[in-house]
Amino acid sequence: MDAITENLPVFIDGFRNTLGLLGLAGVGALVLGVIIAALRISPVSSFRGFATVYTEIVRNTPLTLVLFFCAFLLPYLQFSPGYFPLAVLGLTVYTSPFVAEALRAGVNGVHVGQAEAARSVGLTFGQSLTFVIMPQAIRMVIPPLINVFIALTKNTSVAGAFFVFELFGAARKVTNDRGDQVIAILLGVAAFYLLITITLGLIAGRVEKKVAVLR
Amino acid sequence: MSLSVLYDAPGPKARMRSRTISVVGVILIIGALILLVLAMGAPKASANGAIQPGLWDASRWDVFSDVQVWRSLGQGVLATLSMAGVAAAIALPLGVVFSFGRASDSAVVRVPSTVVLEFVRGMPVLLMMLFILLVFSTGSFWAGVAALAVYNGAIIGEALRAGIKSLPRGQREAGLAIGLTPISTRMRIEFPQAFRQMLPIIIAQLVVLLKDTSLAFVVGYSELLRVGVKNLPDFFGNRYAFSFFMVVLAIYLAMNLSLSWLARVIAHRTNPKAKAANPTPPNTPADPVLAMPTALGEQSRGGGSAP
Repeated sequence: MDAITENLPVFIDGFRNTLGLLGLAGVGALVLGVIIAALRISPVSSFRGFATVYTEIVRNTPLTLVLFFCAFLLPYLQFSPGYFPLAVLGLTVYTSPFVAEALRAGVNGVHVGQAEAARSVGLTFGQSLTFVIMPQAIRMVIPPLINVFIALTKNTSVAGAFFVFELFGAARKVTNDRGDQVIAILLGVAAFYLLITITLGLIAGRVEKKVAVLR
Repeated sequence: MSLSVLYDAPGPKARMRSRTISVVGVILIIGALILLVLAMGAPKASANGAIQPGLWDASRWDVFSDVQVWRSLGQGVLATLSMAGVAAAIALPLGVVFSFGRASDSAVVRVPSTVVLEFVRGMPVLLMMLFILLVFSTGSFWAGVAALAVYNGAIIGEALRAGIKSLPRGQREAGLAIGLTPISTRMRIEFPQAFRQMLPIIIAQLVVLLKDTSLAFVVGYSELLRVGVKNLPDFFGNRYAFSFFMVVLAIYLAMNLSLSWLARVIAHRTNPKAKAANPTPPNTPADPVLAMPTALGEQSRGGGSAP
């Protein structure tokens, strides 16, 4: 146990960076995901096609490859704002199609009668989307969206392999120093991750229950 | 109407406008892509004044005429596929075991398996790989396989459990009523239905597994990613880094997209309801949100595969 207590500042430091990656990439992915989802359901077919291709390509690319591109090739192409922003960029791009798909599923999940009713009382496309579809879709979207963020939390660990010092990096560093207590160290690090993921999971479960009552 | 109830069927004017916007959109997108490609192809002056050839310059791509390069890449692909195959072969039965444990009636089985599942699902695969590598000193291949099998087994187990839970209660009651034991009710009545219902999600998860083999790169396994974007550029020189990256990306996309496509075909074929009721591909039936008729006609595909 002393390997954990001694190195607690290292872990806290890593934890802070993990949270930073999660927060920044989460917001970025949300913004990008909303844009992609909007393109994906827009009436203009070329935008739809572009968003579909983007989604399929990014979703089928391994995260390690995306982060490799960010950490090695972007600096080689003379774009190097530092490894932390690069990792945030990679995670943002990688997560955005998953956000977009969750959003789209939510919009698709609103009962078709709702849209018909909105249209039949004379609301326009924009109005029926903002007043009728979206308020319902957003509620339904929150649990799957939280699942995306749980996955993002776990994915931040990959950034640890690309020169960003976060929890996984901290685990690697401390296990190198204290090879005798590997199990304790890794369980400690796992506890930090579980702190985020289980909390988010509980929130998702609660929201899901509330939504279930609404429906 | 194939499009949507959200807007009126467009008249001639609106169709014209939409076509104009569409064409402008295509031109904008293609223009941006061409600009990007040209910018990447332009020769660059580096800090010390030396001129580097553009990224599409032949001098950056000539390695691919070397058969040895393709042989190495092929070995990388094989290493990736064998890791994914072994991990999937372990993950599937493991998922079945997990789902039975989690849906068990006795708390002695249910509670521990819930704890284990939550623990495994909440932990990064990469951390698990490192853990297994260091604690059991298995070598990088088995560390990767074990971590991927346990993690994806947990996810598949959850999917199967959701499938079992979403069945009408009468199925289980009927099984018990005709005198089957609880276990054989689960095995012979509930599980086959749940498995069939969840097949699209399970295959989507196998695509994720295939993608995640690239994480074994970090623990030192020589799969496609390590061979393609690390070993080969290290050997042939940094100026090929971008070319190798593009080729590896293309290989990954080809593998994953074909597997996703297969998943879609199987999902369409195995779900009898899909043929009878709705022509669109079936969705995650456990999720009432997705099982509803949709407002936008088009449906989400492949089940919401977790990244």
